[in-house]
Amino acid sequence: MKPMLEIKNLHANVNGKEILKGINLSVKAGEVHAIMGPNGSGKSTLSSVLVGNPAFEVTEGEVTFDGKNLLDLSPEDRSREGIFLSFQYPVEIPGVSMVNFMRAALNEHRKYKGLPPVSATDFLKLMREKRAIVELDNKLASRSVNEGFSGGEKKRNEIFQMAMLEPKLAILDETDSGLDIDALRIVASGVNKLKTPENAAIVITHYQRLLDYIKPDVVHVLYKGRIVKTAGPELALELEEKGYDWIKKEMGDE
Amino acid sequence: MQDSNNIINEVTAGDYKYGFVTDIDTDVIHRGLDEETVRIISAKKNEPEWMLDFRLKAYRHWLTLEMPKWPHLTIPTIDYQDIIYYAAPKKKEGPKSLDEVDPELLKTFDKLGIPLEEQKHLSGMAVDAVMDSVSVKTTFKETLAEKGIIFCSFSEAVQHHPDLVQEYLGSVVSYRDNFFAALNSAVFSDGSFVYIPKGVRCPMELSTYFRINAANTGQFERTLIVADDEAYVSYLEGCTAPMRDENQLHAAIVEIIAKEHAEVKYSTVQNWYPGDKDGKGGIYNFVTKRGLCKGEGSKISWTQVETGSAITWKYPSCILAGDNSVGEFYSVAVTNNYQQADTGTKMIHLGKNTKSTIVSKGISAGHSQNSYRGLVKVSPRAEGARNHSQCDSLLLSSTCGAHTFPYADIQNETAVVEHEATTSKISEEQLFYCQQRGISVEEAVGLIVNGYAREVMNKLPMEFAVEAQKLLTISLEGSVG
Repeated sequence: MKPMLEIKNLHANVNGKEILKGINLSVKAGEVHAIMGPNGSGKSTLSSVLVGNPAFEVTEGEVTFDGKNLLDLSPEDRSREGIFLSFQYPVEIPGVSMVNFMRAALNEHRKYKGLPPVSATDFLKLMREKRAIVELDNKLASRSVNEGFSGGEKKRNEIFQMAMLEPKLAILDETDSGLDIDALRIVASGVNKLKTPENAAIVITHYQRLLDYIKPDVVHVLYKGRIVKTAGPELALELEEKGYDWIKKEMGDE
Repeated sequence: MQDSNNIINEVTAGDYKYGFVTDIDTDVIHRGLDEETVRIISAKKNEPEWMLDFRLKAYRHWLTLEMPKWPHLTIPTIDYQDIIYYAAPKKKEGPKSLDEVDPELLKTFDKLGIPLEEQKHLSGMAVDAVMDSVSVKTTFKETLAEKGIIFCSFSEAVQHHPDLVQEYLGSVVSYRDNFFAALNSAVFSDGSFVYIPKGVRCPMELSTYFRINAANTGQFERTLIVADDEAYVSYLEGCTAPMRDENQLHAAIVEIIAKEHAEVKYSTVQNWYPGDKDGKGGIYNFVTKRGLCKGEGSKISWTQVETGSAITWKYPSCILAGDNSVGEFYSVAVTNNYQQADTGTKMIHLGKNTKSTIVSKGISAGHSQNSYRGLVKVSPRAEGARNHSQCDSLLLSSTCGAHTFPYADIQNETAVVEHEATTSKISEEQLFYCQQRGISVEEAVGLIVNGYAREVMNKLPMEFAVEAQKLLTISLEGSVG
């Protein structure tokens, strides 16, 4: 089977400083990949580059998604092609209700596929259905996007949006940060409910604890802009136990 | 970040859809303004003596005035002798069909989305269509007359309802009020007149659509709305003009009188040609609008969506004379490219327990300048007066300016006056967040701006809310940074 996402020798800069120094990664449909690593190793840069954040500049390498050259696509087209990022810091948009925001997003996705806009009744039904997956309150769904949401509500709202848009590839950027154990369980179980053999996920995390709930097939360690180790789920446990120092040592640092 | 600035610039470089010119024979008088001009206009309209007197007094007073210098606007020198003060589409000779309206004119208004044939109207709305200096047609006049409602052009009112006009003309906005009010009072050529009798709720929206067509002319129209005791009317005004390289002057007056427990809602969707993206051309919109809540428990609300004009100078105001009367002002003012706006309101509390609400939402983009200027005045006898003002500014570029000039003059210590103000920007992060969900920058700006203006848009009559929403998005095409 051809991989859904294939990254080859990816280099990227922020403000002229090279952060990614040759990433290679391939993700197949049905797989969950975890990317771990110490702070500043480039984890969030990788997710930003994949979704086309204009603050990041790709200097070398290629990325294909479903056979298409991803780097040629605009951020909105990457979304419409089926890449979803659960933001580490979801953005507040005062004045724009979640309902209007989600309907605009869903209709853009539908237009891209040549489908007519969703009817108001169908849309509200869908909202209700998907809201339940992350136990998101009706009140939150009618408020402005992320405005006045607690940290946990924001993360649940991210997974709710993911449920609405049904992406092929979901990238969860530090989705566990700032969550208490209950919120973590709700978010993780939401992600698990959305998992199918046709889609894939990249879970970016600093800690092992999210991986207790979302079981990865492959674990990568990102360090100084490169993937330095790739193994099964047991690697995450080893990191939890020993920290990142031994990786640094192996790399000849310290 | 340069890239996203470019994207935003592209998004806000929209086109003006109403810039066409109608090819029609126009009756114009000589350029320039003197007593003769005033007399010609009055004669053309076959006006009674008192009307001419009013005009001449205004003209003579105008000669003693100078243009106001206090607005936060850069207004190039206007040569008042280089303007044509009267231009009217010529009536064609021949069969008197379709109420004698020239098909070319019907086509023009059709193109603007304002069909003048009554059978084409979708819903309850009567229209007075004004092209350059004259009213072309007023629809549903007969239907309204059955309820005793008078809705006609100003010229017609002078002829057929002289008592009403004489009683109320200049009673809210005196010709001595300001430079442009004096000018308008001298040379105004047409406009709309509305009278709602005692206890009548006007069954449809009334609206006037103003169109400037002829070149080198100014448009000076006047609207007078009188709501008798316990009457209700909702009135809407729309305006467009062709795209021309020269600036054109539009100086209007609107007067509203609300008697006991009467309510008047006045909504404006102002879309005069704003000039091109380099600031060339466009309409100078210098307007005096004022309502008098004369009776106890009366209410006047102004709602305005201002997207057009090169320069806007207007302060729709309420004089709250009746006890327990209510004044409201809801405004969205959008400026893009090199547009300038100095707009706001005055709430003058004279009666006891009078209440006013001000919600102003400024949206500035490009190199534009957008100012809110407002006055809340509470007179010594206005026991228990209350005001709440909310002035928000949204900036879409780093080259535009947003300014707030709130004035308060409180002479009664029982008054409660509150003022809130915020300034915000659309951030790169917000736009990117939208993009990541599949929403293009253009649409994201539209969503955010419409969300921001929602509180005001909700006040518009349904039929126009949708149109106004689209207009907001189009006016800002090409503008975040």
